[in-house]
Amino acid sequence: MNVIIIDDEPLARSIVKEYLRSYAEIKVLAECNDGFEGLKAINQFEPDLIFLDIQMPKINGFEMLELIETPPAVIFTTAFDEYAIKAFENNAVDYLLKPFSKDRFDKAIQKSLQQQKSTPEKTEAVLESAAQSPFQQNRVVVKDGSKIKIIPVAQIQYLEAADDYVKIFTGEGSFLKKKTMSYFEDSLKTFQFARVHRSYIVNTQLITRIDAYEKDNHLLLLLTGAKIPVSKAGYSKLKQVLGI
Amino acid sequence: MLLLNAGWWLIVSIIYGYVFSQSVFSAKQVITDTLITCGLLGALSYLIVKNMRYYIPQREKYWYILFIGVGISGINVLISKILFNIFLSDDANYMSHMQHTAGIRFGIGFLLVSCIAMMSLLWYNQEEQRQMNARKTEAEQLAREAELFKLRQQLQPHFLFNSLNSISALTISEPEKARHMINQLSEFLRGTLKKDEKQWNTLQEEMQYLELYLDIEKVRFGYRLQTNVICEEDALNLKLPSMLLQPVVENAIKFGLYDTTGEVLIQVNAKKQDNSLEVSVENPFDPETSQPLKGTGFGLPSIQRRLFLLFARQDLLITKKEDNYFTTTILIPQIV
Repeated sequence: MNVIIIDDEPLARSIVKEYLRSYAEIKVLAECNDGFEGLKAINQFEPDLIFLDIQMPKINGFEMLELIETPPAVIFTTAFDEYAIKAFENNAVDYLLKPFSKDRFDKAIQKSLQQQKSTPEKTEAVLESAAQSPFQQNRVVVKDGSKIKIIPVAQIQYLEAADDYVKIFTGEGSFLKKKTMSYFEDSLKTFQFARVHRSYIVNTQLITRIDAYEKDNHLLLLLTGAKIPVSKAGYSKLKQVLGI
Repeated sequence: MLLLNAGWWLIVSIIYGYVFSQSVFSAKQVITDTLITCGLLGALSYLIVKNMRYYIPQREKYWYILFIGVGISGINVLISKILFNIFLSDDANYMSHMQHTAGIRFGIGFLLVSCIAMMSLLWYNQEEQRQMNARKTEAEQLAREAELFKLRQQLQPHFLFNSLNSISALTISEPEKARHMINQLSEFLRGTLKKDEKQWNTLQEEMQYLELYLDIEKVRFGYRLQTNVICEEDALNLKLPSMLLQPVVENAIKFGLYDTTGEVLIQVNAKKQDNSLEVSVENPFDPETSQPLKGTGFGLPSIQRRLFLLFARQDLLITKKEDNYFTTTILIPQIV
């Protein structure tokens, strides 16, 4: 089995390596300092398993996972207290609370050896639940070609459904993210966004005009000039957010 | 208040006796009358004053005083009449004089009693107010101390567990270093547990403590974290509240380490500025990704709050963004 260790603290990586020494069948392919290096290494080596810290520079562990098409099995290693862990404990392959013992580590390894390759759905579920944790609600991390872009929520103008993806429109253009519309509807709720249409979520702070359009439908005009259709159900949601 | 009451009636009886002694009546009559009149009024007032200690009407206080005045002087006139009948009935002249002056006696009694009742009412009211204020101040003080304590205790569990994890790693590769770090961490934790909120230390002492913290963090983050601490000579003996600096630096480290990749240099500068100690902490950040919400850093509101509780001022924490550097400056007035 091939593994990669991603943690911004060198000593934290060294203890994982140390514990892995007793497993001849497990090979450490790379050690990474942050999510960017992690991403590169995962794409390059396609490991079976990664050890992943959560709080890391620039993008956190969850955000890094979101950028991978088919994520490997994950064992989180983190010092976060339990309440944060709860968000994903039902779905994670396993998690190790720092500092952890060799016994606890061995159990996590056994578990992942049994499961061998985790299913992508499982990691998907981890990410869905992790999105509720407080530290990643106010930004969205996307891939822009080979670069990684961090978009603060306030800079999002609107989102449009595009098959399996969601297109995120900002002042700098649009970015694709492999997520569902309902995922964004949920996570952006607290930021004055409204799902005005099956295919559109809009930043209500940018609305300049709401026009009636055909029967039961409306049309939104944003400050940026964009026009967004509003469905009947969407209109009542919009009214709720705007408090009218 | 009871003493005041006794004094009041003593003075009244002396005046009363003196005025009376200027009249035609015998010394015996004067003394008996004075004793009976003033003694009775004094005793009755004593009861009233004592009663007021436990009960003061909240509304219609003044009607209460009037009622007491009328009641007591009325009772006084009646009882003293009976007593005069017993002790001084042999002098018909005196008795008739008594009859004539009953109204005046009532009036004087009323004024005197109302006066003392009024005084005691004001006294007890004031007393109650004073106690209430004392309780209020005490409650505020307690709340403030609790809040300060809580703010200071906000030691990040994250820091503690990650440090322990680093130690755990070092025990295998470098046991000596692990022991050293355990010692540093213990000393640091002992510092945070020191109970005395009001303790002020010199900058020199606080800097030693800060170095402990920085050393631990440097072990954790390795080459990524560099620090540069500069204290001007004349600032070293200035004072500041204990554990005020560390959270500011902790904030800068987190901001710097998690907002950028690569090496992070944290600069700490301390100097004397007029009559204040000025400490500024600088960390790099990425203006493009630093989020507006977190624009002022992670833990600064609690530091601001603590400064406010200590000095009742909102202007002691200043932040500045310049190029790729974020600077937090705190001013500590030298009031002690």
